[in-house]
Amino acid sequence: MTAAERDAGTGNEALNGAEVLLRVLDEEGVEVIFGYPGGAVLPIYDALFKQDRIRHILVRHEQAAVHAAEAYARSTGKVGVVLVTSGPGATNAVTGLVDALMDSIPLVCLAGQVPTKLIGNDAFQEADTTGITRPATKHNYLVREPGTLAQTVREAFEVARSGRPGPVLVDLPKDITVGKAPLTKPALSRLQRLRHQGGPDAEAIARTLEAMKTAKRPLFYTGGGIINSGPEASDLLRRLARKTGFPVTSTLMGLGAFPSPDPQFLGMLGMHGSVEANMATHGCDLLIALGSRFDDRVTGRVDAFSPNSFKVHADIDPSQIDKIVPVDVRIEGDVRDTLEALLEGWGETPTPDLSTWWNQIASWRSVDGFGFTQDMTPSAVIRPQHAVRRLYELAKETGRDTFVSTEVGQHQMWAAQHFQFDKPNRWLTSGGLGTMGYGLPAAVGAQVAHPDALVIDIAGEASTLMNIQELGTIAQYRLPVKIFILNNHYMGMVRQWQELLHGSRYSQSYSEALPDFVKLAEAFHATGMRATHVGELDDVIRRMLAHDGPVVADICVAEGENCYPMIPSGAAHNQMLLGPDQDSEAAGLTEEGKMLV
Amino acid sequence: MTETIQNSVISVLIEDESGALARVVGLFSGRGYNIESLTVALVDAEQKLSRITVLTSGTPMVIQQIKAQLKRLIPVHDVCDLTQEGPYVGRELALVKIVSSGERRTEALRIADSFRARPVDTTATSFVFELTGSPEKIDAFIELMRPLGLAEVSRTGIAAIGRGPSVFHLKKEPV
Repeated sequence: MTAAERDAGTGNEALNGAEVLLRVLDEEGVEVIFGYPGGAVLPIYDALFKQDRIRHILVRHEQAAVHAAEAYARSTGKVGVVLVTSGPGATNAVTGLVDALMDSIPLVCLAGQVPTKLIGNDAFQEADTTGITRPATKHNYLVREPGTLAQTVREAFEVARSGRPGPVLVDLPKDITVGKAPLTKPALSRLQRLRHQGGPDAEAIARTLEAMKTAKRPLFYTGGGIINSGPEASDLLRRLARKTGFPVTSTLMGLGAFPSPDPQFLGMLGMHGSVEANMATHGCDLLIALGSRFDDRVTGRVDAFSPNSFKVHADIDPSQIDKIVPVDVRIEGDVRDTLEALLEGWGETPTPDLSTWWNQIASWRSVDGFGFTQDMTPSAVIRPQHAVRRLYELAKETGRDTFVSTEVGQHQMWAAQHFQFDKPNRWLTSGGLGTMGYGLPAAVGAQVAHPDALVIDIAGEASTLMNIQELGTIAQYRLPVKIFILNNHYMGMVRQWQELLHGSRYSQSYSEALPDFVKLAEAFHATGMRATHVGELDDVIRRMLAHDGPVVADICVAEGENCYPMIPSGAAHNQMLLGPDQDSEAAGLTEEGKMLV
Repeated sequence: MTETIQNSVISVLIEDESGALARVVGLFSGRGYNIESLTVALVDAEQKLSRITVLTSGTPMVIQQIKAQLKRLIPVHDVCDLTQEGPYVGRELALVKIVSSGERRTEALRIADSFRARPVDTTATSFVFELTGSPEKIDAFIELMRPLGLAEVSRTGIAAIGRGPSVFHLKKEPV
């Protein structure tokens, strides 16, 4: 018996590293892994083959494995798990890891590595994975000793889900997974340090409550932190909003934390946010940021952002506070605890009279910045906003629990503007990194997590081609996802910026030589549908929703449509472009703004 | 919001593990923070903790960010801004090679003496002086040596520690 076998403490049951890995995953509650095999992870795939507790979903590209795991995590609140091989397997996963880092998604990515003796020798399929992923992850590990394998993997899960969640990579040399390894328990001291999170500072809560009780124009500005904090945080937010009567706006990542159809909800704020949300952000006298991070897509010109407000920022990650916008009160900690403390402190304080503020908001709301006119002549061209609205309305009629993923671009913004959410964890989008190709694999992850739910990828024709190979995964696992492509033959957001900022020179943004999406669907054993005119739209959506298998719906929409309102880069919230007829100079479209992204 | 650039000496206690220094250095380069100097060495073999001293500069908001971002790194146990948290002692060691003869050689030796720099290698045509002190003192010494045959300089960057009995990272009683 080797030392490792003795250390295992399980007598005759000596496990190899791969088996220890799967045991730990099982103990961590892992049910599904998204992955792709290769030489360096063969021992792990062999161990997977010999067990039936953990399910493996075979994707068609490692980037897709990470996005699928992100959506799995986002839609369940659990840690998503990815398994990739060394070298190209790991480098292909990098985009997904950065995506998860930017959007605070808890992931554990297990990567194969060449045997420890070969590390540094430019071996076949060797890459410096921990070096490459260091800035792409919350933390990463290279397991060098069999004795540290189990505790490293346990710690990886703890790091991924504790504090501000994020992706963690564990690099696993092949000799570690092939050789015997002990199934050790975690070293407590280090994990306790990670877990340490005090409640919110009482004085900061008191100052916030004082400001809340005297504010004339208050606003809650909520973000993805509320979603990450769990459904209870969303519930507390709703209760606090009811008690105070304050309006609520949300970032892209926070959609669903507060019900979008609610009159107290002003819609999303920021670059393509609603008029009322942006004007309220600009005009409020108290801004309470809850689990949001003053992203540049939210703030626009920082020195003109919410210029006259007393600002409170509650975040679990202290590095986010005072990073971009200096605030008056900082509250460090889980936003759930902050909301609870505010709710308790507010107690039975009567709802203040904010009628002047609400009247002002109503006048901004009457501008109807998301408004559009759809010509209902059956042969009329479909406007993309109309397609999303009808999709929402008809999906709602089904009464099914609905999850929506998106790709990145105009369609993503139209989805955020026109699809309504009343529950958290239903909206899956790439916010921080803006990764085209996110939506299709994300739909895979959400459908795997929720087999009976309605899962829709609202897509653009350009983005969705970036991970179109996942139609193979969808076919293999018979995932009934609906891919709803707003096909305008352009990388629409690129085209829009070229129109507004680059003299309508549409450099390389036309989607030339597109596939026939209906035939493409059929080639992947899915059902293809197409709507070319508005008269066909409802029928296509209804058939898509009623079909029990995967559908690719090619919705041919107006080519030149722009996404409004728009705060051009470098402009302030009260300088929104509302539509195509507006003077662009007056709206803050400047040469300086052109320098920004 | 004040935009003045200030210098800051930041001490970081970090687990002594593979890649730990790369995380710190990568954080500075990735986020565009300055490193004027950086020193690192194991200071607690039992707890496997290294201490990094970084001399950096930035606006107060940037310095605040640097500290907060450092604290996010998983192997980092503690971060202390010595500049902000009270008086501290910051010392740097320099090895300075002078190649000269005659009058300049004598003058170099004389100045070295007044700086309490110690010759640690001597040949007929050269000296290597060892000098410790604040970075300003070493700068001044190097400037004075320039016309006297200054040939090569090696500096450690500063190591720093707070003055007085208070301890930045206290897990066990100070001995």
